[in-house]
Amino acid sequence: MAGFQSNAQLTSWLTQGQVLFLLIHILGVACFAYIVAKRLEPLVRGQRDLRFDRPLVRLGKVLKFWLGQWKHPRYRVAGTLHILIFAGFILLAMRAFTVLIVGVSQNFVMPGLSGRAGPIYNTITDYAATIVFLCMAIAIVRRLVFKPARYAVPVRYGKAHTADAVFLLALIAILMVADSLFAAARAAAESQQGRPLEVLAVFSLPWMLQSALASTSIPILGRLYFSGYLLHEVTFYFLLCYRPFGIQFHVETSLLNVYFARLNRGTLKPVRWGISDEQLDQVKSFGVKTFEDFTWKHMLDFYSCADCGRCSDNCPANAAGRPLSPRFISIKARDYSFEHYPMFGHSGNGKPLVGSKESGAIYSEDEIWSCTTCGACEEECPLLVEYIDKIVDLRRGLIDDGNVPQSLQKPLKALESRGNPYGKMEKKRGDWANTKDFQQICQVKTLDKQNGGDTLYFADSITSYDDRMQSIGRATAKILDHVGEKFGILGAAERDSGHEVRRFGEETLFMALRDHNVDAIKASGVKRIVTADPHAYNALTHDYKDLPPVEHISQVVAREVKSGKIKFNPVEDEKNVYTYHDPCYLGRHNQIYDDPRSVLDAIPGLKRVEMSRSRDRSFCCGGGGLMLFYEPKEDERIGVKRVRMAAEAGANVIVTACPFCMVNLEDAIKVEGLEGKMTAIDLAELVDQQMTRETQAVA
Amino acid sequence: MEILVCARRVPDTSENEIALNSAGNDIERDELVYSINEPDNYAVEEALQIVTRVGGNVTVATVGGEDDEEILRREMAMGANHGVLITDEAFNGSDARGIATILKAFVQKGNYDLILTGVQAENGGAQVGGMLAALLDYPFASLVNSIEVIDGKKLKISREIEGGNKEMSEIDLPCVLSIQTGINEPRYVGMKGIRQVASIPIPTYGATELALDASTVGAAAAKVTRVDYFVPALGKGAEMLEGTREENIEKLLELVAAKGGLK
Repeated sequence: MAGFQSNAQLTSWLTQGQVLFLLIHILGVACFAYIVAKRLEPLVRGQRDLRFDRPLVRLGKVLKFWLGQWKHPRYRVAGTLHILIFAGFILLAMRAFTVLIVGVSQNFVMPGLSGRAGPIYNTITDYAATIVFLCMAIAIVRRLVFKPARYAVPVRYGKAHTADAVFLLALIAILMVADSLFAAARAAAESQQGRPLEVLAVFSLPWMLQSALASTSIPILGRLYFSGYLLHEVTFYFLLCYRPFGIQFHVETSLLNVYFARLNRGTLKPVRWGISDEQLDQVKSFGVKTFEDFTWKHMLDFYSCADCGRCSDNCPANAAGRPLSPRFISIKARDYSFEHYPMFGHSGNGKPLVGSKESGAIYSEDEIWSCTTCGACEEECPLLVEYIDKIVDLRRGLIDDGNVPQSLQKPLKALESRGNPYGKMEKKRGDWANTKDFQQICQVKTLDKQNGGDTLYFADSITSYDDRMQSIGRATAKILDHVGEKFGILGAAERDSGHEVRRFGEETLFMALRDHNVDAIKASGVKRIVTADPHAYNALTHDYKDLPPVEHISQVVAREVKSGKIKFNPVEDEKNVYTYHDPCYLGRHNQIYDDPRSVLDAIPGLKRVEMSRSRDRSFCCGGGGLMLFYEPKEDERIGVKRVRMAAEAGANVIVTACPFCMVNLEDAIKVEGLEGKMTAIDLAELVDQQMTRETQAVA
Repeated sequence: MEILVCARRVPDTSENEIALNSAGNDIERDELVYSINEPDNYAVEEALQIVTRVGGNVTVATVGGEDDEEILRREMAMGANHGVLITDEAFNGSDARGIATILKAFVQKGNYDLILTGVQAENGGAQVGGMLAALLDYPFASLVNSIEVIDGKKLKISREIEGGNKEMSEIDLPCVLSIQTGINEPRYVGMKGIRQVASIPIPTYGATELALDASTVGAAAAKVTRVDYFVPALGKGAEMLEGTREENIEKLLELVAAKGGLK
């Protein structure tokens, strides 16, 4: 080929192409290896994290969330762009390697692509490169012109990330152009010489470039071919080595991050992986205090965060103006690790992560206490980054050092001495069921060794002691009685389930509460447990071990509606429009979305609408348990936002299935001035109100 | 700086329903839960913060019985270096002066630069701190809500006066201060911390160790004795405002203004 040589043979600047490209390969790979080794350093110093179990389940996750990009369509535009880019990258990966190798060994053909598959693969990748290029252009325009709100960086979290994002997008676009350019130059030259070897895909980027270069002279094409190749080579390795310094590192880490993701919903990580409860007394320090207290997987999460802002876009604390944005939990930690594990020089500083900015801390105490553990962030994250475990670990560290807001100290102390956050007497725990009036309607036994029963109704603290919530307890008892359940309560022997105690980081106190309850439950000899409190439900199912099966009352009712034991009278006021608010610990954390809805839909004449944020995108009420005692800095109550969403959906009755949701929603209705226009009711209360009683049935 | 904090275990007012017993001479104690007297907890926190700044040790002492060890352990879990239980049957029934006498004897066994007490016990009369200072012939300041160590010989302290203003004073060491709540934000003591100090032995001091003349303390020496508890007769019920919301707001404002609540 006169005037047009393969790049490998080309001699320029006294260097043979082959040697030049080999040098670039070696340099690029060596740099990347060094950078990755440096990035691994904190992971090696991090805490244990046992994530090597259940490989098939993990592979399934990879297929669904990584290869299948499962979460992405939840954000239409960005999700579609990402799926196209991701698919493009996957398709182009082999082409990229082929291209790299061809620079050194001109006749290299990727195994499997030597026959007819070659041209087909080339056509596909021509289009893939084009699509990726277009996506980059669109993404840059989105970033610069449309500026979706979730990418904005609030002042307190530093400068905007736009420049970095656009720079990276542009680099990928350049890579696509470079790839297309040298393919186009080669094809143009071949076609001028009358022996076209490769037909470029019509309307693809290489094809368009080829058309543009159709009449260019062979020597210039040769130079373009070489420059395009060199640009591709340099951009490829620059990107490879630059990615570990920013959000694009997820290109490398995402596969691992998804593979090692948490498998069990509703659970919390132990204080230390591989350390039993009994050994905990020997553990000097609990929780995360310094960066190295994070587990290696949590550090990998920081590297994997793509800064897409979906977590914070869904975070109720962030929406209400609390000083918490899950996105920056990751970004700040990542920046911290980059700063303290530099490419050259001394690593780590071991200073506390939580505290004042002046002390070098990256998180404020308020930030860490602001989380309601609702799980909206985790539900949304396409990369399955975990937040709740980190927040809880950071809280464990704060608790361990005694840094607990004053407003939380009293309830915690009361939980220790009285087993409930209100400091009420233990002997009054079962009083809600023992009033004379109620005993005449429904007898509730107190279970112990002498008085057994089949089913335990675990009421938990708020339902037992709060005047308003006791109504949920009585409704639940009446439902269990109606369906003929032989049930009882633990009464004075019950303690707080400790669900929030644990999520607020007080593991030792939680263990004491749990052990007490497990003993009491086992002594009662019950065969199953029912609760109307999703927090208790989650604690009993995920935080406790070796208990009889646990059900939420909505599951019981849904089943008994099907069995025909529960029948409903039509609603009295057909003008009412109902909406169901998913409690976080029933919905997101335990996937119980349909049972409560099926119960509502079984009530004749009940008109139900969905809020725009429902099911796995449900918006937290503001948080339960100890969160009711915490006084966050916020612009607006989370619950108020939720009530407004119900109003927007056209509802005037909010049905929920959690006493804490009830506290927050009823308060919010008052704060929003909707008293008389909007009401909140618990599912159990509604069922109790609408149930057809036998006496009525007979009549 | 060697700091002694005198603390006391009291029924926790936020976690008990205080009721008189049937005889009417004491409160019903069967189901009470106890904790450290809240102002004493602030005193311990303040002592710990001073020691963090200038070095030294914090000792927490209480006059009481075996049950009172619980609060010593809690304060040790908080960070106090030593807990001391001052206990003797001869001390039973002491009045405030008796307690101050016992504490004086204990203070003289050691070498303390600063002695802190809570401003008052939740079931007490705010007497012991002042009496202890008088018996020791130490300077005394009460209701202290900030402490600054000047040169190891003096403290700059403040107390809150009318209108939220602060009155600043200097006081020579050694001295006794009674500490007001709000001087700091006491750290949280979790169960883990308490478990970790559970096996540390707590030294006890009795009348013999303190070389106390038993006739100066205990019930026999008490010149103030409790004779009875009584429940005051219920006053008139609250005034209920009746009317529309706007009218009620207006009436309420009038009432508050009439009582000097609005200026």
